[in-house]
Amino acid sequence: MSLMTLAASGNTPSIPAPQIEYGQLSPMLIVFGTAVVGILLEAFLPRRLRHPAQVGVALLGLAGAFAAVLVLAIQGYGGTRSGLLAMGSVALDGPALFLQGVIILASVLAVLSYAERGLDPRIDGVPQDPFTAQAAATPGGEQEQLATRAGFATTEVYPLTLFAVGGMLLFPAANDLLTMFVALEVFSLPLYLLCALARRRRLLSQEAAVKYFLLGSFSSAFFLFGSALLYGYSGSFRLPEIADAISGTAPITPALANTTQNDALLLIGLAMLAVGLLFKVAAVPFHAWTPDVYQGAPTPVTGFMAAATKVAAFGALLRVFYVAFPGVRWDWRPVMWGVAILTMVAGAVLAVTQQDVKRLLAYSSIAHAGFLLTGVIATNRQGIAAVLFYLLAYALVTLGAFAAVTLVRDSRGEATHLSSWAGLGRRSPLLAAVFALFLLSFAGIPLTAGFTGKFAVFQAAAAGGAIPLVIVGVLSSAVAAFFYIRVIVLMFFSDPQPNGPAVVIPSTATATVISVAVAATLVLGLAPQYFLDLASKASMFVR
Amino acid sequence: MNSLIPLLIAAPLAGAALLLLGGRRLDRSGHWIGVLAAAVSFAFGLVLFFQMLGRPVSQRAVDVKLFSWISVGGFQANAAFQLDQLSIVFVLLITGVGSLIHVYSVGYMAHDERRRRFFGYLNLFLAAMLLLVLADNYLLLYVGWEGVGLASYLLIGFWQHKVSAATAAKKAFIVNRVGDVGLSIAIMLMFTQFGSFTFSQVFAAAPQESRGGLTAIGLLLLLAACGKSAQVPLQSWLGDAMEGPTPVSALIHAATMVTAGVYLITRSNAIFDLAPDARLAVVCVGAVTLLYGAIVGCAKDDIKKALAGSTMSQIGYMVLAAGLGPIGYVFAIMHLVTHGFFKAGLFLGAGSVMHGMNDEVNMRYYGGLRKHLPITFATFGLGYLAIIGFPGLSGYFSKDRIIEAAFAEGGTEGWILGLTALVGAAVTAFYMTRIMLMTFFGERRWQPDGKGELPHPHEAPRVMTLPMIVLAVGSVLAGGLFTINDAFVNWLTPVTGHSEGNSPLSSGTVTLITIVCMVAGIGVSYLVYGRSAVPVNPPVGSALTRAARRDLLQDDINHALLVRPGSALTAALVYFDVKGLDGVVNGVSATIGGLSSRVRRVQNGYVRSYALSMFGGTLVLVATTLLMRSV
Repeated sequence: MSLMTLAASGNTPSIPAPQIEYGQLSPMLIVFGTAVVGILLEAFLPRRLRHPAQVGVALLGLAGAFAAVLVLAIQGYGGTRSGLLAMGSVALDGPALFLQGVIILASVLAVLSYAERGLDPRIDGVPQDPFTAQAAATPGGEQEQLATRAGFATTEVYPLTLFAVGGMLLFPAANDLLTMFVALEVFSLPLYLLCALARRRRLLSQEAAVKYFLLGSFSSAFFLFGSALLYGYSGSFRLPEIADAISGTAPITPALANTTQNDALLLIGLAMLAVGLLFKVAAVPFHAWTPDVYQGAPTPVTGFMAAATKVAAFGALLRVFYVAFPGVRWDWRPVMWGVAILTMVAGAVLAVTQQDVKRLLAYSSIAHAGFLLTGVIATNRQGIAAVLFYLLAYALVTLGAFAAVTLVRDSRGEATHLSSWAGLGRRSPLLAAVFALFLLSFAGIPLTAGFTGKFAVFQAAAAGGAIPLVIVGVLSSAVAAFFYIRVIVLMFFSDPQPNGPAVVIPSTATATVISVAVAATLVLGLAPQYFLDLASKASMFVR
Repeated sequence: MNSLIPLLIAAPLAGAALLLLGGRRLDRSGHWIGVLAAAVSFAFGLVLFFQMLGRPVSQRAVDVKLFSWISVGGFQANAAFQLDQLSIVFVLLITGVGSLIHVYSVGYMAHDERRRRFFGYLNLFLAAMLLLVLADNYLLLYVGWEGVGLASYLLIGFWQHKVSAATAAKKAFIVNRVGDVGLSIAIMLMFTQFGSFTFSQVFAAAPQESRGGLTAIGLLLLLAACGKSAQVPLQSWLGDAMEGPTPVSALIHAATMVTAGVYLITRSNAIFDLAPDARLAVVCVGAVTLLYGAIVGCAKDDIKKALAGSTMSQIGYMVLAAGLGPIGYVFAIMHLVTHGFFKAGLFLGAGSVMHGMNDEVNMRYYGGLRKHLPITFATFGLGYLAIIGFPGLSGYFSKDRIIEAAFAEGGTEGWILGLTALVGAAVTAFYMTRIMLMTFFGERRWQPDGKGELPHPHEAPRVMTLPMIVLAVGSVLAGGLFTINDAFVNWLTPVTGHSEGNSPLSSGTVTLITIVCMVAGIGVSYLVYGRSAVPVNPPVGSALTRAARRDLLQDDINHALLVRPGSALTAALVYFDVKGLDGVVNGVSATIGGLSSRVRRVQNGYVRSYALSMFGGTLVLVATTLLMRSV
């Protein structure tokens, strides 16, 4: 009523200008700005310059954003200092900054593997990147062939990715549910598009994109519905204010007097919010999209999604549960126990019978979501630190593994069927050894990054009183080890197929990705203390 | 100048690395690199020896810490070396005899296409052996101990194309492993009991330790020594080890490596002095082995195996002496050094004979070689006189003192040990005379080789005879030089301690009896092998002879006592593993696999089903959350 009155009266209302802390927000602003520059480059640069320019600008922008994260860390935001930005809608604290750093690192590696043009054979002398020449062309049609001949390239992937990265940076830092929702959509929409852009097997790729889009929208609706219910309960979207409402210390808005303190709203809202987030981390039973999308999407995009999305989504999950809902943890913990157990067991068991490397890694990522959930359920600082470290290790190893998958190719592109990986260790001992290292890390074998991460989350969960969860976790790790090691056995102890795939020698871009991932696997496995300390320092949420 | 100590080891180690990694381009010059590395090490050893001579007695032992090797909490291990009077004796023996044998090998291995690798392994052996005797703690000693084991394995099996060589290498390695386990457990015990395994700290802490603990450590060290030094009951590998090239038998399986057990016991004298029960065990092992080896040596027709039996027997003397405590340590080491000279010389002589006889090793096919191989005959003969203890030669001085020390142990024990040693001396004279007579005297019994040609024995080239001559000189003079003014005793006393003991017999009496025993041995041998022709085909012989030909049934005993129960246990475990464990594992895996393929069908690819499953999941989640509140 009052709004209408104001409009009718014709008075210019004085809207107070929001206070924006540009310096503290700079990682996100730089990434978004670079994305906009990328769009302009796409519009104005001649075609042959776009690829180098886009790659260069994207890497530059990410480097700038990482530098901004470092500056903020040096200023103490990685541990001792924290702040609420943009009128309290964005939080800057240890977990946010740590995860932003991880997301940017993962994005750099992802952009590098996007930029790989040495794997597909050249067509008419034009190098081919992993993305379709023209997304709008019918798969296999004449238009597509023409576009390929003409050397078209979908260089829009770089600005799209940067928008997604911007959203991901905001997601774990969002301090109210609306900002979080916006961030969710900002990073999801470009991902839906990116999934559809594979150069080979385009139908599969498009199918994946549509599935991801439909199910993603479905889950966003749950998230939004949950936010609405929570607003009804607390009268606020701000996470700290929801927490205050739960603890009963918040003032009651007269307009919401009927709904405030109605616990049904709180619990249903909480559950629906959780559904939206659990969908993004690929927890069972909201995981069904994962194998299909991971398999269909262009492999570099899969790597990016698997790594960066999981980091961002777990960041948001942690913030929601640790900032907004610590007061009702006795309500959500049992449910999350169930989800974690289901996720670990289903991920591990289902992976056992997979025949496709990318689907195998998808189920592995589901199982890892379960292991990470045990850290979330710990509900202690140790748990936060463990999840942060785990995400760092997992993201880097995952990118390396998917980059390695892109190298095993036959005439139809990537040879992802496991049977064609038989005897790979004899054809290319180096690649097989590297992939074996990644698998060992996924399996959590000591002296690799995966072991340190898994040990940290299980230790935190045990300290948080979730010992049965740890037991289930260890048992599913054992099941998971079976299928990881099965691949290693297949690579090293089976005879190669007569016309099996070949391992292509990549350009420096992919080689860099794999080398960084190998280095990270070993460093985080052999000398993890520095990073454990870093995560431990960063494990305090601002309220 | 103490920085020379690490260089002692570094020289042969670098040689080994160069030769083993250098590839084919070193094939033509490699052997000289190996010789140079050994010679350089020997030169360093000499420099260090003279420096040590120049220092007053109390400052002769020096310690050099190279770097901190392992540092975990209270577990501190340094790569540190200790050069004292005992180690320098070994250093000179190892590098000196080692260099001579390197030179000899240049000729002996001239026609072997893998000669470069052979020298690489020899250098590796030198480095490991030097590490063993220079380490200032048991852990580093253990590294050297395993290193010589490895080198021994590689060199015994050097002609790996021969099944017998490959098997012998494996046998040596496995039997040694039994002893090595003893050493490693001893080191663990030391760490738990003393908190350290540095010699100085262990020996300083030993007097506070209980007698039981010290006995346990002593017995474990003895087990280790038995393995490395081929003492009963771990003696079975040494005879087979003769499958290796003869220079290897001379250097590793006669002069140096097999004496590592004696070094270990002597080095650990502070422990053994406090553990009389362990010492008694040492003495028994030594006494039994000295007879065992001598008996085996009497029956073997293979010249190298006969010498191998002799080696066992002589090391038995050393172990016996070391077990006697302060009255024996010095003589154990002295006999070790003189034995190093004459046994290496004898083996090189045997190699020279084989070289001239188309690699024939059976002495029944020798005979009358003294005219054809004059230098070999002379050097071998001097070695022979030395080992049987001919008055004035090396063996006479060292063995005689051991026999005296055995009597000086006192009581019944002293009598038993003394008489055993005397019998041993007689048997030694018997089998060594037998070897001499069968090889160099009598009728020619040469047999045509595979191509039907009779051998044309000829003297070995200079590069082989020269080391033999040098070693023969050593066999003649070493003992006498050591005894002048009790030089050797005085030299080692600061490390091992020394006391004279009370012998019931005077020194002169013992010497006289020893000489009588020796002459008796020679006489019997002459009656059997000198007066009548040696049959080409071995006679059936008595039960003892037949047993001795089979190494006193050592392999049959091992087979019955260890191999058969071991195989049975393995079979039982395999059965349990296949039927029990694998059953469970396969069952679990089949269950999970079945579950997986069943649940997999839910993933049908239809987005509507996925959405439905999400919706159902949400319902369950919401319902459970609400339910949690109401219960």
